[in-house]
Amino acid sequence: MSVMAHLPALQVVVPLMAAPLTVLLRRRDLAFGVALVASWTALVIAVLLWLQVEAGGTLSYAIGNWPPPWGIEYRVDRLNAFVLVLVAGLAAVVLPYSRASIEAEVSSEQHYLFYTMFVLCLTGLLGMAITGDAFNIFVFLEISSLSSYVLIALGRDRRALVASYQYLIMGTIGATFFVIGIGLLYLLTGTLNLADLGRRLALVDNPRPVLAALAFITVGLSLKLALFPLHQWLPNAYAYAPTAVAAFLSGTATKVAVYVLIRLYYSVFSDAQAFAIVPTEQMLLILGLLGAFAASTIAIFQSDLKRLFAYSSVAQIGYIVLGISFHSVNGLTASIVHLAMHGLAKAAVFMLLGGVALVMGGTTLARVQGLGYRMPFTSLGIVICGLSLVGVPGTGGFISKWHLILAALERGQWWLAFLIVGSSLLAAAYVWRFIEAAYFNEPRKDIGDARVPWSMALPALLLVAASVVFGLYSSVVLESARAAAVMLLGPR
Amino acid sequence: MFTPELGILAAMAVPLIGALLMWATSRMPDLRDAITLATAAVLLVVVLTILPHVLAGARPTLALFTVLPGLQISFTVEPLGMLFALIASGLWIVNSLYSIGYMRGNGERHQTRFYICFSLALAATMGVAFSGNLFTLFLAYEVLTLITYPLVTHAGTDKARAGGRIYLSYLMGTSVAFLLPALVFIWFVAGTTDFTPGGILQGKLGHNGTAALLVLCMFGVGKAALMPFHRWLPAAMVAPTPVSALLHAVAVVKAGVFTVVKIIVYIFGVDNLAGSGIGGSADWLVVVAGFTIIAASVVALGADNLKRRLAYSTISQLSYVVMAAALLAPLSIIGAVMHIAAHAVGKITLFFAAGAIYTASHKTEVSQLDGIGRRMPITMGAFALAALSMIGLPPAAGFISKWYMLSGAMAAQQWLGVVVIAVSTLLNAGYFLPIVYRAFFVAPAAVQGHDEHPHGEAPWPMVLALGLTATATVLLFFLPDVPLALARQMIGL
Repeated sequence: MSVMAHLPALQVVVPLMAAPLTVLLRRRDLAFGVALVASWTALVIAVLLWLQVEAGGTLSYAIGNWPPPWGIEYRVDRLNAFVLVLVAGLAAVVLPYSRASIEAEVSSEQHYLFYTMFVLCLTGLLGMAITGDAFNIFVFLEISSLSSYVLIALGRDRRALVASYQYLIMGTIGATFFVIGIGLLYLLTGTLNLADLGRRLALVDNPRPVLAALAFITVGLSLKLALFPLHQWLPNAYAYAPTAVAAFLSGTATKVAVYVLIRLYYSVFSDAQAFAIVPTEQMLLILGLLGAFAASTIAIFQSDLKRLFAYSSVAQIGYIVLGISFHSVNGLTASIVHLAMHGLAKAAVFMLLGGVALVMGGTTLARVQGLGYRMPFTSLGIVICGLSLVGVPGTGGFISKWHLILAALERGQWWLAFLIVGSSLLAAAYVWRFIEAAYFNEPRKDIGDARVPWSMALPALLLVAASVVFGLYSSVVLESARAAAVMLLGPR
Repeated sequence: MFTPELGILAAMAVPLIGALLMWATSRMPDLRDAITLATAAVLLVVVLTILPHVLAGARPTLALFTVLPGLQISFTVEPLGMLFALIASGLWIVNSLYSIGYMRGNGERHQTRFYICFSLALAATMGVAFSGNLFTLFLAYEVLTLITYPLVTHAGTDKARAGGRIYLSYLMGTSVAFLLPALVFIWFVAGTTDFTPGGILQGKLGHNGTAALLVLCMFGVGKAALMPFHRWLPAAMVAPTPVSALLHAVAVVKAGVFTVVKIIVYIFGVDNLAGSGIGGSADWLVVVAGFTIIAASVVALGADNLKRRLAYSTISQLSYVVMAAALLAPLSIIGAVMHIAAHAVGKITLFFAAGAIYTASHKTEVSQLDGIGRRMPITMGAFALAALSMIGLPPAAGFISKWYMLSGAMAAQQWLGVVVIAVSTLLNAGYFLPIVYRAFFVAPAAVQGHDEHPHGEAPWPMVLALGLTATATVLLFFLPDVPLALARQMIGL
């Protein structure tokens, strides 16, 4: 029973402890074993936490027995229980995949370091999600960011270094802005505990510093979550990073940043007057829409599938932010569901593309000609995930898009519903580019007979299957997300 | 026990299993073609087993998934869907026979892919026919669009791909841009998208809302080829003739008008649309459909390419169905349903004939057809019969559907409809009869004896197929009981 009581701490501590262990062991197989055990344990803990929250409501855990608001509080409610399961789940699926995947993409003496950085990144992301302390968020943000810079730089392509450096600069600016915002809030209220912050902020009379804090935090987080037009670091980072890293980060890193944004907006700033003064919602709405349109359009004209799907990520983040801007149960539900659905689909796409690169020798549209005949399952998997990105019924993406449209209709904004649907057509266009290359061309003659190992194919297809299953049986995800949305908007 | 619910599942599963078997036997063309025929035959039997239940008043239902509350993937067989499934599965057998003759006669490549996609298209068509709500229909409709793309672009040439792009972008574009928002809105307003006798929107929307939603729905169904979203149909004629025949005379275009009728009857509700509060919100549709009928006929009049002429004739004939449904008179709706059947058998015959002419003589233009009836009497005889059906003359099925449409229009005192039908009948005669006249009564151009190679009829499977469909056109005139009974059931007479 005592272990159960400490689950919130273990959620972070287990992967954190695994990191130095992998360095000490140095042998890559041992390091892989440790990382695998850590990530699967993290998933078990996340699921247990989620079940507890579903059954009994919010969990609060005082680190070192220092009661909040003085000590650091780990606070698990319906929203971050959901995010924890998503992050830990994707890590648990990507890690087995990475073993064979980095074989070709990372030089072998660095393999154990890959696992070190992977578990550290996981630690940071889980920590950002679970902690109820504003400064603690910043600490974990830095842990996850620094490790992801390293992970991206591990890519063999020399451009990976530039991409990593670009991300480092942008990410550091973002983190700095974030911490300045948190500092302002601390000055105003004298507390760092999120729940406490929310209560005290409502009592602050002078809105100007609150506005400054809001602005710093919004811009800082927007950089981290790659909100258009602060997305420039993302396409290169995803395209040149090792595939396993792209898969993991695309499904989790931006998602956790979105979570933090939702958390701060709805749990901290919700009662402050800041939103009444600055039209934050409209700003997010416009940026989200712009992102969906602009990034989808850019994606259509990419010749490399990794970059194509990276721009697609920027567009999909646009939808998520759009849902946040609606400030309604359906809108938030759409955003939270889309965190998961897009995470699943996009991680699956990048994992499948890893296999494609292995067999076809690249992921440009020219190289994947005839993929549908050479690699039928991989190809079909990419198509299915693509359909989920478009939001076709029967896939997970439909569930979120449906709620997004409903939220727009609820506000009586017909034009918005049409714009959302219209942007989906752009998504259909970039997915179609892949379909045309893969199915309506003769297979290339210069392809070797390499095969994708099972350890890469299975995890990827598992995620593809999940995209479909959650599209047809949406109730678990949907109920969980809706409960989170209701809680966030809760009784005032 | 083979319940009708199981029948619904089987109707979609049989073509899928058939496709798998064709894939497995791709290296044995004879066996593969036999499997195509067998699959088609089994499908028809399956559909026929459901028929007596529906005629007896049962509405077998099969619910598969609940995607969202009030949004199910479920299937229900009602009279209209029953009729559509009967037509599509019945004509698929004939078409398979014809395809085998055509594909072998012309030595086409990728034959296995062709038969597999055809089979999958039929599975999607069954899905459209049996869908129990608009959501399921929308899904099956999109699958049908996608799965027919490889068939349209079968030749693999740049021209075929250009045609395929137009095909895909028109059909996908209209359905996603118009029908999908309409679907969401219907669910938003009514809380369901189930096809319900009498409709689900009574009292939910005012005049303007109804009219706007109807606009979205009607233009959203691009497969009904209402102008100005008709251009995909001529573009799709780059497909091999069997594809044009089954898909663009029966499955795809009929899925379009079928959806139109379903939406008007089961979503909006005829009485609701004609009712006092929102009366007149469907009037615009009569005008647009009437315009399409006339305009497409005029274009057909000037088209020299035979398949192009048939394509524009199809656009015109499809709008008959739309207009008849929009007249909102019980008799005209019976006419609409009958016309789905009558036009299917008639137009497939015409396409079969065009393909037979191409296979036997490689002629594609109307102006080349002088005297061809002497070399291919059966083909051109069948063509003449089907042309009569298009014009609406006895003894062909088209007469019955036009009769009901005219009666309905007169009963509803919709004089615009009456005029459109009368004028278009003249136009139909104007572009079909000259072909028949040329074929039988103009002597073949005897100048270039060297490139006029002697030929007779096309390969026998093709001739047999078009003979069968021409016979069906006449039979449907003398024995219209089953479709009529289904049509009456649908509107509750």
